[in-house]
Amino acid sequence: MHDLLTGVFFWIALGVCLIGMLARFIMYFRGLSWQLDRVAYTSYPGVGFRGAVRSIYKWLIPFGTYGWRTQPFIAVIFFGFHIGAVLIPLFLLGHNLFLREKLGISFFTLNAAFADILTWTVVASAFFFVLRRLILPEVRIMTTLYDYFILAVSIAPFVTGLLARYQVGDYSFWLNMHIFCGELLLIVIPFTKLSHVFLFFASRAQLGMDFGIKRGGMKGTKMAW
Amino acid sequence: MPEGTLCNKKPVDTAEGINTLLADTSGNTYYQEMKALEVDSDLLWKTIQNTFKSRMKTWFEICAHCGMCAESCFLYQVNGRDPKQVPAYKIQSTLGKIIKRKGKVDNQFMRDTMEVAWAKCTCCNRCGMYCPHGIDTGIMFGYLRGLLYQQGFVPWELKIGAGMHRVYRAQMDITNEDFVDTFEWMVEEYEDDYPGLTVPVDIEGADIMYTVNAREVKHYPEDLAEAAILFHIAGENWTVPSKGWEETSLAMFAGDWVACKMQVESVYEAMERLKPKRMIGTECGHAHRATVIEGPYWAGRKNGQPPSESIHYVEWLAEALNTGKLKIDPSKRIKEPVTLQDSCNYIRNQGLKKATRDIIKHIVEPGYFIEMSPNKEHNYCCGGGGGFNGIGKFRKQRNIALITKRDQILATGAKLVLAPCHNCWDAIRDLEEEYEIGIRWSFLKPIVIKMLDIPEHLKPEE
Ligand code: HEM
Ligand code: SF4
Ligand code: SF4
Ligand code: SF4
Repeated sequence: MHDLLTGVFFWIALGVCLIGMLARFIMYFRGLSWQLDRVAYTSYPGVGFRGAVRSIYKWLIPFGTYGWRTQPFIAVIFFGFHIGAVLIPLFLLGHNLFLREKLGISFFTLNAAFADILTWTVVASAFFFVLRRLILPEVRIMTTLYDYFILAVSIAPFVTGLLARYQVGDYSFWLNMHIFCGELLLIVIPFTKLSHVFLFFASRAQLGMDFGIKRGGMKGTKMAW
Repeated sequence: MPEGTLCNKKPVDTAEGINTLLADTSGNTYYQEMKALEVDSDLLWKTIQNTFKSRMKTWFEICAHCGMCAESCFLYQVNGRDPKQVPAYKIQSTLGKIIKRKGKVDNQFMRDTMEVAWAKCTCCNRCGMYCPHGIDTGIMFGYLRGLLYQQGFVPWELKIGAGMHRVYRAQMDITNEDFVDTFEWMVEEYEDDYPGLTVPVDIEGADIMYTVNAREVKHYPEDLAEAAILFHIAGENWTVPSKGWEETSLAMFAGDWVACKMQVESVYEAMERLKPKRMIGTECGHAHRATVIEGPYWAGRKNGQPPSESIHYVEWLAEALNTGKLKIDPSKRIKEPVTLQDSCNYIRNQGLKKATRDIIKHIVEPGYFIEMSPNKEHNYCCGGGGGFNGIGKFRKQRNIALITKRDQILATGAKLVLAPCHNCWDAIRDLEEEYEIGIRWSFLKPIVIKMLDIPEHLKPEE
C-alpha cells in the first residue's frame, strides 16, 4: 500500500495537478477577449503588466489592501490558513526528503517547531472558516455542501499529518492516510474551486490589467487596492 | 401569447414605437405584458456560449463564497445587511443560475432577475475592489443586463431610453436641429454679458470638440451657455458637432449593446469628420464611461481609444485653472464648508481623482473643503447610478439607496455639495427632496463662472 501511494499514485497526482493547472492557465489567457472583456490587453503590455503585478502582490501582503484592512478578522484567518497551506507542503523536512528521493530536488527546510506551529494554525484557521460559514448570515447564504467538501479536502492532509506526527494510534496507517489525502488534494485542485491556487494569479492579473489599461492606469492613477 | 405588443424582445427603433411605449402610463400595460413574455432559452444559452468566456467563468468557479464583498456594497449596508444583498449572492442567484440551468429558466425567474439587475446593483464596481480574487460583480451585472435586454426583460424607461438612442442618437427626442438651435439661442442670451461669445458649429481642426448630455438641451440649457462662456474666456478654439453631439448612453444602462455601438459611433464619426485635437464631454459620469471608456470596445476599436483623444470636463477645467487660462478671483472663492461627490464612473473607473481635487484647490478657500468618507476610488455610489434614478418601478428601492449618500454628506457637515456628474446631481437633488437635510448641490460650471477673474478685453463695455 505504502509503495503504491508513494510510487504510481504520487506520480499520477502530481502529474494531474501540474499538467491540469498548466492547461487551465493557458486556457484562461487564451479565453481572454479584448472585445468581450473590454480591455485592450495587447495594445498596452507595459501598463497592463505593471497593473497585473500590483494587483497580485498587494493582496499577498497581510493587511496590504483596503479589503484586508477593513476586515481584519478574515484577514487573520486567511493568512493563518494560507501561509501554512502553501509553506508546509513544500518546505517541511519530511516532504523535502521525499522530494529529493523522488524528484532529485529539495527546497530549504522549515524548522520543526515552526512547522508544528504553522500546521496547527492551518487547522485552527480552518475551524474558524467553518465557524464563519455557520454563523455569519452573509457567508451562510452562499455556503453549500460543496464549500465544506472543499474545506475538508484541503484540511485532511494537515489533520492526518498531525495524527501521524504525534503517533496517535497506528503511525503507518495515519502516514498512508496522510499521503492519500495529500494526493487527493493534488488531484482535485484543477477541477474544483481549489483551482484558485493557480487561477487566483490569473484572475487578479486580469483585473490588474483592466485597471492598469482602462480604469486609471493610463491616467497615472494607481488603483488603490 | 409569447410576445406582447409593448413588451417583447424587439428593440424599439422608430419614433412611433417610442411614442406608443410612452403613451402607456408608467409602463402599466408593458409590465402586465411582461408577465406573459416567453423566455427564448435556446437564444439565451447560445448567447452565453458565445460571450461567457474565461474571465467570468473563472470568477464563478473560484469565488470562495467568503462574503468579503458584502460590506463593500452600499446596497447591502443600507438594506439592513440583508444577506440577499451580498454582491456574490446577487450574481450567483441570477446569472449563476441561468448558466447552471443552461438558459432553461422561466418567466418568473427572469422578472425576479430583472429586479436584482436594476434595483440591487448600480454597477458601481466598488465590490470588485474588495474581493480578494478580483471578482468584479458590477461587470457581471452589466453583462447580465445585456442578456435580460435581449429577452425583453428590461425596465420600461430603459427600453424607451435605448430606443431613443436608436432613433435620435440621443437619450431623448432631441434632433440635431434642436441641439444647434438651443445652443445658439442660449449663447445669444448671454452675448451682452460676454461680448464675442459664439458657438462655433462644425469647425474642422479645432482644439476642442465639445459633447453634451441631451438633458442639458432639454432641461438645463444654461449649462450649454456656461460651457460656451468658460471656453470663450479661456480663449479656447472649440467647436460642437451638429451631429454626434450626445455623449450619454441610456443604452448602456439598458444593456442594449447594439444601440450602445450606434450611439458612440455617431460621436466617433463627428471626430473623424471634424478632426479635433481633443474631445471634451460635459460634467457627466456615465456619458464619459460610455463614450470614452467603454465605447471604443463596442465600436470594435482594438486599442480601446476613441478616434480623438477624449477627456472629461473636470480634466479640462483642472488644466485651464492650473495653466492660468482661467483665473479665479480669490476673494470670490467658496467660503463655507463644502464637499465633493466622486463619481464612480470616472473616479473609480478612470482614476480622475486628482483633477477634481486640483479644481477644489482653486475654487475653495483653504480649510473649507471636507472630504466625504470614504472618498476617491472608495467612494460609495450616489444611490442612483446605472439607470436606478430613472426607473419608476424601483423608486422605493432607489430612495432607500440614497440613504448612504445622505449620511455621508451629513457626516461632513457641509451644506454645499459639488457634483460634477448628471446622475449624481440628480440623485443628490432627489435625496434632498426625499429627506430634506437642507443642502444645496451644484455642477462646477456655474460655480466657477461666478468667481472668474475676467480679462479686461473680454468684459462688456460699460
Ligand atoms: C498561492 C496559493 C494560494 C492563494 C493565492 C490563495 C488565495 C485564496 C483566496 C484569495 C481565497 C479567498 C479568500 C478567503 O476565503 O478568505 C482563498 C480561499 C480558500 N483557499 Fe486558497 N489560496 C492559495 C492556496 C491554497 C491552498 C494550497 C489551499 C488548500 C490547501 C487553499 C484552500 C483554500 C480554501 C479551502 C479556501 C476557502 C476558505 C473558506 O472556506 O472561506 N488555498 N484562497
Ligand atoms: S469576496 Fe470575492 S470570493 Fe468572496 S464571496 Fe465575494 S466575490 Fe466571492
Ligand atoms: S457593483 Fe456596486 S451596487 Fe453592484 S453589487 Fe457591487 S458594490 Fe453593490
Ligand atoms: S450616478 Fe454617479 S455615483 Fe452613482 S453610479 Fe453613476 S457615477 Fe457613480
